[in-house]
Amino acid sequence: MTVDRRTFLKTATLSACAGGLVPLLAAPAQEDDARFTIEAKFYEKLPHKKIKCKLCPRECVIDDRERGYCGARENRGGTYYTLVHSRVVAAHIDPIEKKPFFHYYPGTLAFSIATAGCNVNCKMCQNWDISQVRPEQVRAVYLPPKNVAELARQYGCPSIAYTYSEPVIFCEYMMDTADAGHAAGIKSAVVSGGYIQQEPLKKLCQHVDAIKVDLKAFSERYYKEIVNGELKPVLDALVTMQKLRMWNEIVYLVIPTLNDSDSEFKALAHWVKSELGADVPLHFSRFHPDYLLKNLPPTPLDTLERAKAIADSEGLHYVYLGNVPGHPAESTYCPKCKRMVVERVGFTVKSIRLRKGKCPDCQQEIAGMWGA
Amino acid sequence: MNDRAMNRRDVLKACLAAPLQSAAFQGKSKVVIARDPLLRGPGHSIDQPHLLLMLDRALQSFYDRDSAIEAWKRVVKPGEVVGLKVNCLAGRGNSTSVVLVDAICERLQQAGVSRHHIVIWDRLNQDLESAGFRVSEWPDRIRYMGNDSSGYESELSVYGSAGSLMSQNLTRVCDTVINLPVLKDHGIAGVTLALKSMFGAIHNPNKYHVNVGDPYVADVYMLPPIRQKVRLHICDAITAQYEGGPSYMPQWIWPYNGLIVARDPVALDYTGWQIIEQKRAEKGMKTLKELRREPAYIATAADAQHRLGTNDPQWIERVEV
Repeated sequence: MTVDRRTFLKTATLSACAGGLVPLLAAPAQEDDARFTIEAKFYEKLPHKKIKCKLCPRECVIDDRERGYCGARENRGGTYYTLVHSRVVAAHIDPIEKKPFFHYYPGTLAFSIATAGCNVNCKMCQNWDISQVRPEQVRAVYLPPKNVAELARQYGCPSIAYTYSEPVIFCEYMMDTADAGHAAGIKSAVVSGGYIQQEPLKKLCQHVDAIKVDLKAFSERYYKEIVNGELKPVLDALVTMQKLRMWNEIVYLVIPTLNDSDSEFKALAHWVKSELGADVPLHFSRFHPDYLLKNLPPTPLDTLERAKAIADSEGLHYVYLGNVPGHPAESTYCPKCKRMVVERVGFTVKSIRLRKGKCPDCQQEIAGMWGA
Repeated sequence: MNDRAMNRRDVLKACLAAPLQSAAFQGKSKVVIARDPLLRGPGHSIDQPHLLLMLDRALQSFYDRDSAIEAWKRVVKPGEVVGLKVNCLAGRGNSTSVVLVDAICERLQQAGVSRHHIVIWDRLNQDLESAGFRVSEWPDRIRYMGNDSSGYESELSVYGSAGSLMSQNLTRVCDTVINLPVLKDHGIAGVTLALKSMFGAIHNPNKYHVNVGDPYVADVYMLPPIRQKVRLHICDAITAQYEGGPSYMPQWIWPYNGLIVARDPVALDYTGWQIIEQKRAEKGMKTLKELRREPAYIATAADAQHRLGTNDPQWIERVEV
């Protein structure tokens, strides 16, 4: 696919505005709580009006009138409710590269939405002001699934992206919206930490088209101390996605001193290749100090390059560097002839040389979803 | 803190340490338990005059004063905006009693606090209403307002594992706070008393229940606005709950008919925890430790890093009146 001048200009213009809300959402107003509240899908009723949440591996046991760890789901009289269906706290038009997806319809736009809440509490969270709050603590608008699909169509976005906070905690809304999107010819891409139980994950995979997982480290200790979660369920989720042939990309945020050792990079790359395959894109992303991790510096470039070199040497085909605009490792290279097939600068795709998903020089198939 | 027989050095120390009272427990921590078997009238309703008398006894004993008003003057000063942090999660069944709050408001006014300087607050207006309080923000009356009315600060307060936005009821509306928790069991954190009740002052309590609340409960209490402003704890032990909390479970409540007063939240929590364990033993139930929900955060709150008070029974002066 080649990007014509009109498409390029459109993408560039909207990319520049990516930080701004879609005009229809520019003046949000607090809506009635009942509009956002529907019974949750994944839970088990317990005696004495308690419930056990079966959405994420945390399995919160929740008393009447209490909420789970995510803050977005509440037990009301022994019935569990999601409080965030259609309760959108952020809506932006982003290039798909911002997610980042590099092998999924490059150069296209994603109508990107989020609700409040998250099932982990990463100390480096860049969006803690929406992910680490309860739904009623942040302004939101009512945006039911059909409206999302319509807005995506209206703004020329071939995908809806569920991102910014943690889509797992709004899975009912995500699945309904993905269905509405498909009915309108629009795909769905998920940006998640992958901390989800197997049953809801398998259901989710029936509704969406691609999932990018933030694999935050390759050690349980890091997950316990920095993420407030667990590594193993995330790895299990990645394997399941692969078995279900879900398009998958992985981002690894490299944080100085916490998850930047050679041994961890090597173990990570080895696991990805052996369990998921060499064709799964792996993005090493640069850390920026925020939230509860302001005491550490941004990741040095040579650390990122060291990570890439290790992953390359392990035999992964597509290893990228993120948050380093202009670096050659933002572009895609054919794993066989090593020539560039997708050229990127920041979130902008400058050229796509692929022919029906193949390298134009050596005909090597490049894994991904490339469109027509 | 034992207020009796303070010498000049103690007075100076106490004054200097007032803003950081948590680190300043000198000698034994006093915990007063006041009980009245005649507290309940016909139909189990609370007898207001008896409650007022019990409250007076508790405060007079705690501050070693002959008059209740003199005791309250040790707590508050005219001109201060006084917050009463109630705990309303369990609805009318087992939240901070409206009658107790009314009694405290009466004594505060008699001690010189204007009614428009009294604010009753908790997490949500809805919680206050469900516990029997009527939300009201009239400026010339006693105010009842949730954090959803006051809002939260936009800058994080951080200590240890805790990073939270603080309720503006705590940071801006009130000059000082009297904490009014309820004596009850907690299905995740073991017990919920003085320390844990301050989860109602932060925007993200759902994040801090993992690992039986340890060290989160202690870390949250270390957040400066809490440490600096909470001046006294009066635990509502009129109706207590030994299992199934924090929700109201009528099969596991008992009429303790008491109040527990302390300045040291750790000593109060330790004392309240033992009362709950004793009741559980009477009922033939397992200890919280056996159920793997021993409230270890109480010991953490007493450790060298936190120094919020003492959990050593040898250093707790337990007074029953």
